[in-house]
Amino acid sequence: MPELAQVTQVAPVWAVVAVLLLGGVAVVAAGLDGALAARAAGQAPLSGARMPLVETARLLRQRRRTLVAADSLLWRSGGAGLVLVALLMVAVVPLGQWTLADLAVGVVWFNAMDVVVWALVWLAGWGPNAAYPLVGGYRFLAQALAYELPLMFALTAPAVAAGSLRVADVAAAQQGVWFVVWMPVAFAVYCLSVVGFSVWGPLAPAVGADIAGGVLAEVSGPDRLLLQAGRYALLAAGAAFAVPLFLGGGSGPGLPGWCWVLVKTVLLLAALVAVRRRIPTLRPDRFVEVGWMALLPVVLLQVLVVSVVAVIGG
Amino acid sequence: MTETSLVTALVFWALAVVAVAAGVAVFRVDSMARATYALATSFVAVGLALLLVDLDYIGLVTVLMMVMEMAIMAVYMIMFMGMNPALMPMSMVHGQRTAVGAATATFVLLAAGAVLVPWPERRGVPAADHTAALGEALMGAKMLVMMTVSPVMLATIVAGIVLASHRTRYDRLGDDLKQRPADDPQPGGVGR
Amino acid sequence: MTLETVLIVAAALFSVGLYGALSQQVVVMVMMGLELMLNGVILAGAAFWWFLAPAPEGQVLLLVVIAAMTVEMAMGFAVAIALHRHRGTDMTDMAADLSR
Repeated sequence: MPELAQVTQVAPVWAVVAVLLLGGVAVVAAGLDGALAARAAGQAPLSGARMPLVETARLLRQRRRTLVAADSLLWRSGGAGLVLVALLMVAVVPLGQWTLADLAVGVVWFNAMDVVVWALVWLAGWGPNAAYPLVGGYRFLAQALAYELPLMFALTAPAVAAGSLRVADVAAAQQGVWFVVWMPVAFAVYCLSVVGFSVWGPLAPAVGADIAGGVLAEVSGPDRLLLQAGRYALLAAGAAFAVPLFLGGGSGPGLPGWCWVLVKTVLLLAALVAVRRRIPTLRPDRFVEVGWMALLPVVLLQVLVVSVVAVIGG
Repeated sequence: MTETSLVTALVFWALAVVAVAAGVAVFRVDSMARATYALATSFVAVGLALLLVDLDYIGLVTVLMMVMEMAIMAVYMIMFMGMNPALMPMSMVHGQRTAVGAATATFVLLAAGAVLVPWPERRGVPAADHTAALGEALMGAKMLVMMTVSPVMLATIVAGIVLASHRTRYDRLGDDLKQRPADDPQPGGVGR
Repeated sequence: MTLETVLIVAAALFSVGLYGALSQQVVVMVMMGLELMLNGVILAGAAFWWFLAPAPEGQVLLLVVIAAMTVEMAMGFAVAIALHRHRGTDMTDMAADLSR
């Protein structure tokens, strides 16, 4: 049993700092996406980098749409819950040597939170009592069934290598070589799942243009702002959690630990944001077979390799 | 004896009220999706209550699995009952009075038992890392449980697919199982 | 938060689930009642574990209960689908006779 890594759990009032950091990183992601969109449209990238601020101002003033017999309770909680779940995800990520919640089972907590996203996106599709959002919600469930089991095993691999489910222990067990080096399959599956539960890029048929925007079709005003902010926040939270899990936590020369965590998060986030314009949307019915027949066996083999190494080395 | 602080007791009571109220709401609300997610709320409350008694892993696994199950159950509810998101009063019960009577009698019996039975003293203390103790028990002394649950799960998967699938491999691949590519209304991504 | 109070809450959940399992007409709603009963069982099991015998065996029992709940849900949904496909209904009253 490896000894526990030292991480101080700070008072809950520091959650404000966590909110600000997560918000800042999410705004960086949105700005990067706006800049890439502007460059793809032939305009100056900097004008697109202002997209998060412009969109926030526009949506805050926009009128909220209500539909006939829409289930408002479920609709609004589905949209607003995404940001909350992203916050709960980063609560277990250690920023250097501080963390908001030093759970003994932090990896399982992250897994539970990304399953809550299933419910929230479906509710955001069911609530408006409209056809296209409903189709989007169902598409998300079909696709989530495909990547969820590979994600669970991809989260198990670093935990097995570190001998603990505590996030700080997993980060501390990478002193020699980072997990991304000898668990590339688990890292790739994890990144794919982050893209999946953020409804982003190749795994965004739930908000696809072929169903008039899907889950985003009928929502407007501050609700749309919350839904879009939730997508970027989930992307940021997923990138942040990859840092202690695969990228060595706060380790690195020169800068202090918390600085390295932020730098690595932003770099991985930039890669995930850039994926949107590189890979076309995968259809859920085809992705389901890929997830079960290709991803799952490969990730199981990865866990087998990691387990053998852990048994021999420990 | 296990002393609990005031904060823990308050949190537990809040979670208990949420769990029972959501459980009652499952059979009272006006829409299938609300019933499903009321049940999910009840499960999440119980899972968080488990976190209060230091059962971290099992509490989180409960929350994880139940939210996933409720998301899928909502799909089934809508599929069978064909309802739309509009709220309409629905009450499909039979034998309401016997059910209420049986439920009340059961509650009185169980609560009386809980209060009146002389419970023994606590034996032992929790291990320092009881998640690790659980893992070691499952892989060591209780390996039989693991060995039994695994084929049961596999049998469940197989039986569920057998019961539920509409088109089997003879429909897909022809009577001699030799037709390639398979005759699917929508082909999958791997091309099997 | 003593053993008795947690057990009373678990008994309440169990009773609400029993009401649902006995009174509902739709198969999926009956299963929701069964789920609530197992919810109560899990809470009671956790209470017994913490207050009486905090050993790993208790946690193993809770995992078995969770596994049983999963199996029951999967089989229930499969049966509901088969019933719907062959009888065109999802009510338990229409499934009362063995063959038609």
